[in-house]
Amino acid sequence: MTQTSYGPDDGTLDGNAIGGLLRELFGTEMTTASGTCATCGYTAQVAQALVYLDAPGAVMRCRACAAVLAVIVRRQATACVDLEGLAALDYPPPSS
Amino acid sequence: MSPVSRGFHGRHRARGVDPGRVPPGQYVTTDFPVLSAGPTPRTPLESWTFSIRQAGETAKSWSWQQIRELPSEAVTADIHCVTKWTKLDTSWQAVSLDVLLGQVQHQARYVRAFCDGGYTANLPLADVTGGRAWLAYGYDGAPLQPEHGGPARLLVPHLYFWKSAKWVRGLELLAADEPGFWERYGYHNYGDPWREQRYSGD
Repeated sequence: MTQTSYGPDDGTLDGNAIGGLLRELFGTEMTTASGTCATCGYTAQVAQALVYLDAPGAVMRCRACAAVLAVIVRRQATACVDLEGLAALDYPPPSS
Repeated sequence: MSPVSRGFHGRHRARGVDPGRVPPGQYVTTDFPVLSAGPTPRTPLESWTFSIRQAGETAKSWSWQQIRELPSEAVTADIHCVTKWTKLDTSWQAVSLDVLLGQVQHQARYVRAFCDGGYTANLPLADVTGGRAWLAYGYDGAPLQPEHGGPARLLVPHLYFWKSAKWVRGLELLAADEPGFWERYGYHNYGDPWREQRYSGD
């Protein structure tokens, strides 16, 4: 092993942990939406993403490569939503 | 969210603590909470390096062994997290950033720390020189554990602790300030706990 590896950490949350927050921001159920990582191209349901809530904001990361997919920071009445790490966010998800 | 806020637990006034050591809005904890924006990176020490970059080039790089051979200091500091906990008298083994930056010729006014996992934090050069910032690899008499940023993290105790980037792998020297990870999302660009600079505009 010469490269950096990540986790697994005990107690890491998944996208379901921000289901309520996403519903509030997007106005619909987003955990079944399909997200594609802009870094590695991995596509999965939002529910499968890794989520970190104990940081100053909510951070959603790719389960495959750990790159940041989205960051949501709330301050008072304003939510800052950065989806820069997502190449695509499809809702409803493409039928398989 | 709990219907009972922290304030009702009376944690703001820990017994025997000089209130002059606790910045406004903070409470003293004896724990060491772990706050992360991502999974814990694990880099084998034999491939770990700490680099100073300038204009897109690596100006200087140290292996783990080379860092450990540099003069280090025992640092005792109070640390203040933007999520409102303060921990007093934390003890670290660390190399002063003066030692590292002193080995590179530059005219930078800012630095941005970069880390495993993609985290970054920006700091004025004046805040990481003059004996106020360190590269820390020991905590409380033991190697710094991965959950607290090991093998090495920045230690910049006079600013909120998000500036003390965990899993740090180097500093980028910059002529102009560029926001780091949390600073991009509305956190204060400087982060002085004594002026309660939590968010942009505070």
